[in-house]
Amino acid sequence: MSAAPDSPAPRFAAGAQVRVKDDWPETRGPCHIRTPYYVRGRLGRVVRPLGAFPNPEDLAFARPAPRRQLYHVLFEQPPIWNEGKAGDTVMVEIFEHWLEEA
Amino acid sequence: MAAPPSGASLALLDKLIAALSTKGLVSEAEITERQAITDRASPEIGARMVARAWTDPDYYALLMRDGKAAAEAMGASMAGAPELGVLENTPSQHHLVVCTLCSCYPRALLGYPPGWYKSFAYRSRAVREPRAVLAEFGLHIDEKTRIRVHDSTADMRYLVLPMRPVGTEGWSEEQLAGIVTRNAMIGTGIATA
Repeated sequence: MSAAPDSPAPRFAAGAQVRVKDDWPETRGPCHIRTPYYVRGRLGRVVRPLGAFPNPEDLAFARPAPRRQLYHVLFEQPPIWNEGKAGDTVMVEIFEHWLEEA
Repeated sequence: MAAPPSGASLALLDKLIAALSTKGLVSEAEITERQAITDRASPEIGARMVARAWTDPDYYALLMRDGKAAAEAMGASMAGAPELGVLENTPSQHHLVVCTLCSCYPRALLGYPPGWYKSFAYRSRAVREPRAVLAEFGLHIDEKTRIRVHDSTADMRYLVLPMRPVGTEGWSEEQLAGIVTRNAMIGTGIATA
């Protein structure tokens, strides 16, 4: 485990509308990602910042892993799949570098 | 469903352990200790936590505020474990836990995950059609109850706090713990009297 300093204060506050980056590093070569494919490019709402954790995308390759802010992001379920029941939701833990203001 | 370990995978495991030992990254004693902690854990620990939360308001408050501390108060070994989020079911919201990326699971409280939890079918369907999945578990969620699926992808693990069933007034903590199933703490079941 590296002794990387904590990342700065969270960029997003509870209630912020965010979009998950529509990024597919899988197409560029070996990688490790904790952002599920089904929320890439999707709109969600920050429920709460969870604190900073070593970035698993680096940990997986035993690289120095700077801490990154992690968030609970809530998504409405039906828009993701074009099916499902209004009001049903999915909550995902997503690191800050995967989120954009929306 | 996860396949049982094959001879080849066990041989690979031996080689991995030998390589890590050579580098001084892990010792046989550490592996044995970790196995013992995991083997000791079973859904009984989680069930006792739920039963106490149902009967002791102070413990309930601790559980909702600091899941790890509440687990440690019941004797669970949480050193080095990720944070524990506690998801309280209510008449208006039912929680369901899945790890779509792998098989993250609160092992310290529930022991080893069941095979279906690690299956591709559960992991892919729970986020897409949770009501259909729950129906296959025999759980029909009222139309008025919203479902919230928690995809356990990073640095947290989750325990569902099921609703205490009616008709259990006056039950002892031990009796109550007896009706809290593993599935009720994942969200694929509920507690019934």
